[in-house]
Amino acid sequence: MMPGSTLEKVLADGKFAVTAELGPPKSADPQVIIDKANILKGHADAVNITDNQTAIARMCSMAAAKIVIDQGLEPIMQMTCRDRNRLAMQADILGAAALGIKNLLCLTGDHQSFGNHPESMGVFDLDSVTLIRMVKEMRDVPQFQCGEEITFAPKLYIGAAANPYADPFPFRAIRLAKKVDAGIDFCQTQIIYNVEKFAEFMHQCVELGVTERCKILAGVAPLKSAGMAKYMKNRVAGMDVPDEVVERMAAAKDVQDEGINVCVEIIDRVREIDGVAGVHIMAVEWESAVPEIMSRAGLKAGSAD
Amino acid sequence: MITAERKPFEQIKAVTDQFENILVVGCNTCVAVCLTGGEREAELLTAQLRLQREKDGISGTVNTVTVLRQCENEFVDAVAAQADGKDLILSTACSIGPQLIAERIPKVRVAPAMNTNMLAVVKKHHVWSEYCVACGDCVIFSTGGICPIARCAKQLLNGPCGGSQGGHCEISPEVPCVWQLIYDKLAAFGLEGNLSRIDGPKNWSKSNSGGPRTMKKEGFEP
Repeated sequence: MMPGSTLEKVLADGKFAVTAELGPPKSADPQVIIDKANILKGHADAVNITDNQTAIARMCSMAAAKIVIDQGLEPIMQMTCRDRNRLAMQADILGAAALGIKNLLCLTGDHQSFGNHPESMGVFDLDSVTLIRMVKEMRDVPQFQCGEEITFAPKLYIGAAANPYADPFPFRAIRLAKKVDAGIDFCQTQIIYNVEKFAEFMHQCVELGVTERCKILAGVAPLKSAGMAKYMKNRVAGMDVPDEVVERMAAAKDVQDEGINVCVEIIDRVREIDGVAGVHIMAVEWESAVPEIMSRAGLKAGSAD
Repeated sequence: MITAERKPFEQIKAVTDQFENILVVGCNTCVAVCLTGGEREAELLTAQLRLQREKDGISGTVNTVTVLRQCENEFVDAVAAQADGKDLILSTACSIGPQLIAERIPKVRVAPAMNTNMLAVVKKHHVWSEYCVACGDCVIFSTGGICPIARCAKQLLNGPCGGSQGGHCEISPEVPCVWQLIYDKLAAFGLEGNLSRIDGPKNWSKSNSGGPRTMKKEGFEP
């Protein structure tokens, strides 16, 4: 079954896809999402709607995704395993599809100790891999995780994340292959600053045949300050920020401009790597940087023509 | 073994201050091995309570007795006589102890002096680490003899997640990534390829999530 999402069409046509990120607010205000959507509209083929990102309670990704659809932009709804069990997940998956959401990104989720409710219970009934397989079976068999039939299947283009910088390194491409076996159609990577290591990871993915079965979008993010570069290097789990990037940001006169330059250079380099089908630009709380990055990188959304 | 840590004295005192005659009951098995609730610790707590209560002008008595195991009827029943005339039994066992005491000696109020924390091994002197959560469906043959349910912060069956770096878990550099340990262990047997297999979803109905569990040994019913 083809889910029929714009992102799917762009990638199936072999066009270079561009996705961005839109974080829902820590409030019930839909205007925040409408404003961000209007900045990103026309620039991205689809935008990720994060799900209680870094374990901070926010407006749910399904509602925010629906608001984004109403603005004429295609959402990629994120779903983590941290906050719900398989019952709630399947309910949300059916509901999301019924609302017209066509892309679902399946994640394990950051541990709750990172967020603003560290005393909460982490659910983790499933992990990202078993979540992916459940969504795939809901769409294609179609059946619930328990094996019961679904009469009207959720048509979803299924995605996942991959982190080339986590350990053990030799297992990262294999773990992505597991996600492909489980049923993903596309994946977005962790933010890339160390391009050499990413290239090595991509080489392994090509060798394993992953790139033939799954579209890989390279994750990038503009650094907004020297402090952010340092913070990402030292404090964010699963990041690899080379010293030269931190130093370059520290030495910059116009740091935001330099952050965009670094991002554009990384896009230029990852585009040349075999198997890269697009980029995922994560300009969190700096959505206005996305059009600028794309213009400097000479990028257009694959769906823009 | 089961490990338990003593509650802060202030919390214990907030309960004991409401009672006159108190019996502190120690347990000489797991909590004695982890040096928190055996005979010695029960006596220490008793002495501490006596001093505090004398200072605060609270009348009554504080006595102590220690049994071999508070998780078995016969040992708990043996202290029933000493509970006569007491207003409170304060147990220094894991939570099983005060619960069984409450069941077997129903006339007396019971309070825990401990917080029960885990099924653990003695990692080194005075350090215990959680190895089991009693999930009811052991998987460790396929994970190199290492439990991902008890020892992975996200209970992953298909780890390691993207937060594993330098052998550490994303939650703390103090916490080893158990999936790195599993990978290394399987690799030592040349079996890391096994990790390409998708495991799960887990059947949580065999765990406490399925409701309180009872184990019966067939053919031995009374």
